[in-house]
Amino acid sequence: MQERVKQKAIELLENGTVDRVLGWKTGEFFYDLTPAVFTSREEAETNFVFSAFSGANLSKYLIAESRKGGKVAVFLKPCDSYSFTQLLKEHRIWRENVYAVGVQCDGMCDAEKLRDAGCEGILSVREEGENLIVGTLYGEKTVARKDALLERCTVCKSKKIVTFDELIGENGEELDSDRFAEVARLEAMTPEERFDFWRGELSRCIRCNACRNVCPACSCEKCVFDNADSGVRNKAAADSFEEKLFHIIRAFHVAGRCTDCGECSRVCPQHIPLHLLNRKFIKDINELYGTYQAGADPETKPPLTDYTVSDCEPSVVYERGGKP
Amino acid sequence: MKTIAISELNRLFEAISGGRKLYIPAEDGAGQAKFTPWRDGLKLTDKLNTVRSAKDLFFPQVENLVNFKVTGKQIEIIENRDISEPFAVFGVRGCDCRSFDILDRVFLSDPVDTYYQTRRENGLVITLACTRPAETCFCGTFGIDPASPGGDVTCWMEGDALYWQANTEKGKALTAELPMLRDCGEEAVETQKTRIRGALEKLPLRDLDLTGFDGEHMQTLFRSEKWAELSESCLGCGTCTFVCPTCQCYDVQEFNTGTEVKRFRCWDSCMYSDFTQMSAGQPRPTQKERFRQRFMHKLVYFPSNNHGIYGCVGCGRCLQKCPIHMNIVKVARTLKEEMK
Repeated sequence: MQERVKQKAIELLENGTVDRVLGWKTGEFFYDLTPAVFTSREEAETNFVFSAFSGANLSKYLIAESRKGGKVAVFLKPCDSYSFTQLLKEHRIWRENVYAVGVQCDGMCDAEKLRDAGCEGILSVREEGENLIVGTLYGEKTVARKDALLERCTVCKSKKIVTFDELIGENGEELDSDRFAEVARLEAMTPEERFDFWRGELSRCIRCNACRNVCPACSCEKCVFDNADSGVRNKAAADSFEEKLFHIIRAFHVAGRCTDCGECSRVCPQHIPLHLLNRKFIKDINELYGTYQAGADPETKPPLTDYTVSDCEPSVVYERGGKP
Repeated sequence: MKTIAISELNRLFEAISGGRKLYIPAEDGAGQAKFTPWRDGLKLTDKLNTVRSAKDLFFPQVENLVNFKVTGKQIEIIENRDISEPFAVFGVRGCDCRSFDILDRVFLSDPVDTYYQTRRENGLVITLACTRPAETCFCGTFGIDPASPGGDVTCWMEGDALYWQANTEKGKALTAELPMLRDCGEEAVETQKTRIRGALEKLPLRDLDLTGFDGEHMQTLFRSEKWAELSESCLGCGTCTFVCPTCQCYDVQEFNTGTEVKRFRCWDSCMYSDFTQMSAGQPRPTQKERFRQRFMHKLVYFPSNNHGIYGCVGCGRCLQKCPIHMNIVKVARTLKEEMK
């Protein structure tokens, strides 16, 4: 699979289908791949990598890339294809300038997960059945592959590539994942417990904005939080929990558009489970308006920007246990 | 050289915190290390380093500068700086310890930053030698010896004992307060130093060479066409800046409470779109210029103004935390090709 993806990148450049390829570039180590644009066979041959560490979702880069003229190829894993489709739906990507290659995905690993699993001095990795054998400066360490996976992959919602011009590997199906289990656990808490949970998590925020900047749904030309004239550009938090406002506002803003691609949690240097905020919205939308998956197709009207007479009334808050 | 059993660490920490606030690296809710105020029973982490550096304790992310109160035509200036109390930080690694030298060059040169100066005076740095450096470590490039990390006191943990060596007057005064430390020989520490230096030989980034990154090559490096490619997928977030022990740029902002104006400073990031923005606009209009600023500052501007000392200590935090895995090592390697 890895070699086929790379050969496809070279082929598309060689046969003139595209003049640029958006993919992942090799790094210092096996795991530190960087999203990159390749323009020649030589570059792609030397530096293009698709591996279990190609977790970065390339869709958002297409907002800028597709406007540059010429044609750009992009490789999309199933969950990336939802982000891509959602951005098409929002008219943020110029589809005619993109050649989308869908790539079958068996789940993506991350060096931070290996570190969390106790690996120090990571040098190499190889797969052995369900395990990863991690070569380190201090000897080999065995990590179960499931423990090295990104959170989103442990509860993969779909193996289906929803938009593509060409496929590498098999297209899969939507999965019956238990991705809402953790949200349900939080819902079952008392408000005080839940508040404590989020205080514990969000108090670690260093407000680096990585979650926002990587998010395909955060595609505003200028974020309100970067606008000095908005009056809400908070460059300093009054206390360690004030960043909750940023995260809650961001979650509201992407509600109904977030595809649950999980990039926010992947990039958070403080390992805050930000996806849980978004997933709560997705779960609520499913329960209140009927099942809806952002980015699943370019046509379905998003429930939050559509009106039907059966839409719930604001009083639903009380019906679900909220207090007046 | 002094020693104490590792099983007695809690007692040692209790004694240190008797006269001052003590911070030790302990695991947070996500299992990552953070300099945390010591409390009885708080466990020292096994992790190599903290996500946020020890810089935070001397140059916090946010601090009050001064308040103003306007009544009629009168402006009252109210001292409002955060009170700095004596503190000690235990478990600082050699890289972070060197970062204080870099920060000192910025904040303690004329005009002296008295906010930072007060914390430096109030702070005691107790370092800890690195027994298991990571693949992302490259402090050797900057002549840092993680086997002898320095600070007011240097510690080593070997076997079931902690070894303690006071280096400065402050360190000696602290040692005098700690009767539980016993005198000992240096054999165990020497053995560990040899082992650490052996581990350093195996680090994958040990060959990173910054020769040529200096004022002489400023124009060549600044004009390099490689910046476009290096910065092309940069998200423009502040992760690298905020986890960096040497990034020192800040913004001064004011907040009108309705009755008075609070002037505060907060970390800024050259990666942000409003960094150094003035009424005339943004001098670095795209991410390419902002990205270039960060690395030119660390690799060229800072050393050319500071006797060749780079604005990086090789801690590797940015290598581990950058969402797109672009970092100073990749930048240096790519630009090095340019200078050939």
